[in-house]
Amino acid sequence: MLSRTAENLYWLGRYIERAENMARIIDVSHRLEAQGRVHGRSETEWGAVLRILTAEERYAESHEVVDQDGVTAFVTLDQGNGSSIWNCVRAARENARALRATISSELWECVNATWLGLRDLDMDTIQARGVREFLEWVRERSHQFRGVAHGTMLHNEAFAFNRLGTFIERADNTARLLDTKYSMLAPHTGEGANSDPAASYYEWGAVLRSVSAFRAYHQVYKDVITSERVAEMLVLRADMPRSLRFCFDQVISHLEGLDGGRQLECERLAGEFGARLRYGRMERILDYGLHPFLSEAMDHIADISVNISRDFLMTV
Amino acid sequence: MSGDKFFDEMHGRDGTVREPYAGVARWLRDTPADKFTAKRQQADLLFQRLGITFAVYGSAGGTERLIPFDVIPRILSGTEWSKLQTGLFQRVRALNMFLYDIYHGLEIVKAGVIPSAQILRNDLYRPEMKELDVPGNVYVHIAGIDIVRVAEGEFFVLEDNLRTPSGVSYMLENRSVMMRLFPSLFHDNRVAPVAHYPAELLRRLRSVAPPRAEMNPTVAVLTPGPYNSAYFEHAFLAEEMGIELVEGQDLFVRDDAVWMRTTEGPRKVDIIYRRIDDPCLDPLAFDPDCMLGVPGLLSVYRNGGVTLANAIGTGVADDKSTYLYVPDIIRFYLGEEPILSNVPTFRCDRDSDRAYVLDHIAELVVKETQGSGGYGMLVGPKATAAEREKFRGLINADPAGYIAQPTLALSTCPTFVDEGVAPRHIDLRPFVLTGKDGMAVVPGGLTRVALTRGSLVVNSSQGGGTKDTWVIEE
Repeated sequence: MLSRTAENLYWLGRYIERAENMARIIDVSHRLEAQGRVHGRSETEWGAVLRILTAEERYAESHEVVDQDGVTAFVTLDQGNGSSIWNCVRAARENARALRATISSELWECVNATWLGLRDLDMDTIQARGVREFLEWVRERSHQFRGVAHGTMLHNEAFAFNRLGTFIERADNTARLLDTKYSMLAPHTGEGANSDPAASYYEWGAVLRSVSAFRAYHQVYKDVITSERVAEMLVLRADMPRSLRFCFDQVISHLEGLDGGRQLECERLAGEFGARLRYGRMERILDYGLHPFLSEAMDHIADISVNISRDFLMTV
Repeated sequence: MSGDKFFDEMHGRDGTVREPYAGVARWLRDTPADKFTAKRQQADLLFQRLGITFAVYGSAGGTERLIPFDVIPRILSGTEWSKLQTGLFQRVRALNMFLYDIYHGLEIVKAGVIPSAQILRNDLYRPEMKELDVPGNVYVHIAGIDIVRVAEGEFFVLEDNLRTPSGVSYMLENRSVMMRLFPSLFHDNRVAPVAHYPAELLRRLRSVAPPRAEMNPTVAVLTPGPYNSAYFEHAFLAEEMGIELVEGQDLFVRDDAVWMRTTEGPRKVDIIYRRIDDPCLDPLAFDPDCMLGVPGLLSVYRNGGVTLANAIGTGVADDKSTYLYVPDIIRFYLGEEPILSNVPTFRCDRDSDRAYVLDHIAELVVKETQGSGGYGMLVGPKATAAEREKFRGLINADPAGYIAQPTLALSTCPTFVDEGVAPRHIDLRPFVLTGKDGMAVVPGGLTRVALTRGSLVVNSSQGGGTKDTWVIEE
């Protein structure tokens, strides 16, 4: 496959996943707002969204107040924010456009229709329709993208590069989301929030729902929601599709399919951290510190991405 | 008022429905107007969703636009088509022989049919091609010949496009959208299919593999990239043929061969269907400022390591001043009379022609032989007496510098416009394929329509639209 094509496929996967993750990240905060749990600490809650995205400075360049409307507009339609849903979908569509000869026409139509649905939207229309409904729509489009890719593309190396993009992006997002939320909600930090089991229920509940894992949590643990179990679920569960473990398993298996018998650095890196996820125990990780662990995860993910470029995209 | 002056494809000159249009005329009459409105909206949505757009340079509303599609098809009878086809094959075959000759023995110049300056001083003549043998002696693998009709049975060739003709994707997508919108029409009318064009194209491209290529030659489409106005078409054709769509940056030259950069390392390319113009193909050989091509490509090409389709240097055969000679070119190489006529053209360097032009200047369009883009042109019917007088002087001073043509009465075809169905002027571009093993043209082509009342300008950059083109099987 052309290296440039592989690169387009990889970034197509990443950008669509990133758009979905943006929708998921602000969805948590909208849920909490809706439940009245953000009352009096709105700036902390919406500031945390910016922290997850490492976008506090960029946001401050064009905004004075950190609040629901400002952050929502920044993350959804802001054309000046390179990671806004609007820009992610636009970038995905540009990549798809360069792939017209590679991807199925259904997949192109799916991405193009998403872009057309988003291109001319403004915040008033979104507010009128309901922000949550809009976020839901973004998620549905992303689900559809993966479904159409899975159901219409040959499951060959093109598909593998696309999936690599999806899972690299998702792993990074899960690590960021959990890192920020854990530092806000875990027992050792707050006093008020966590002495109250209801707070834990609502706030971790919102996080779980935002990663589509609320019901799964109850099926797995059949017990109240605790920070430690949420962390375990999002880090180590092999069957939870947004966990780090699941994402690394996917990355490793796609790289194995692509290496053509070569020894690749990206594959070694993925395997190295994958082993910690596969054989690790949650208590040990918490003793070690979840924050340093997740920081290392994010560093590894960035390294893997750089080496995917070296190993496949700049071969000559 | 224009109704009786122009030949209408559906109604001829007398208003009765011509035979090939009988089914479509019934369909137009029996379908309620609101259904057409709905279908036309649906067509727009389909084109937008499929992303069939063309890029407009420097336009404010984004970089892409839809070419308006009209749902009323343009129809040719089987008899009309078979005459056109024979004429197209004859013309393209002769043009290929002409290109071989001008880069080899120049027999046509020695025979006195064309002055040598017309060829050797032409900017589009590429000395790099001299004495180079291309596989099968095919220079023009894909030709788009623009044809207009003025009356029953009277077709004229307006222009030969022998470099990188575009538009074939619209021929294919227009058909596919029509079949989706109006399946019953295709049930009731025996319309010859066009969908096999990419397969025909791939077969011709493979047939001209360089001698050094292995059993299963690799073909690729070379595009300037996503910002080119015809990018959709490049991607579409690559997809339909199942071959790689490459940009210049994806290719490189090493060991006298052309290679693609792939995820598993370099892979050799044998045949390049290039949609990049000659000057941009190779910065080392042509325009050093154009970065769309592949450094070193020409040297591999000259050594027979890769085939380019179309060949380099075909432009000399399709420019306006060479056009005049095409009927003579056909006679010279084939010993046949041309089946398709050129638009009658008066050459002012011929005494009898010049006398006629000077007398009838008010009815003619006068053009500079070397001019282009509407410069140095006189539109007789619209010019003032003083302008005509000035051109008479210019012609007398430099007869060889001018030609003249009658203003053409392009045929019309019923078209949906704001005020309902009305006649609009159309042309036709069929696509002629040539390989080592012979020629092919799928029955149909791209019909362009000037959507503005009375306008004769069908170009999509000027707001022209397109129609599905039918050939009725008999």
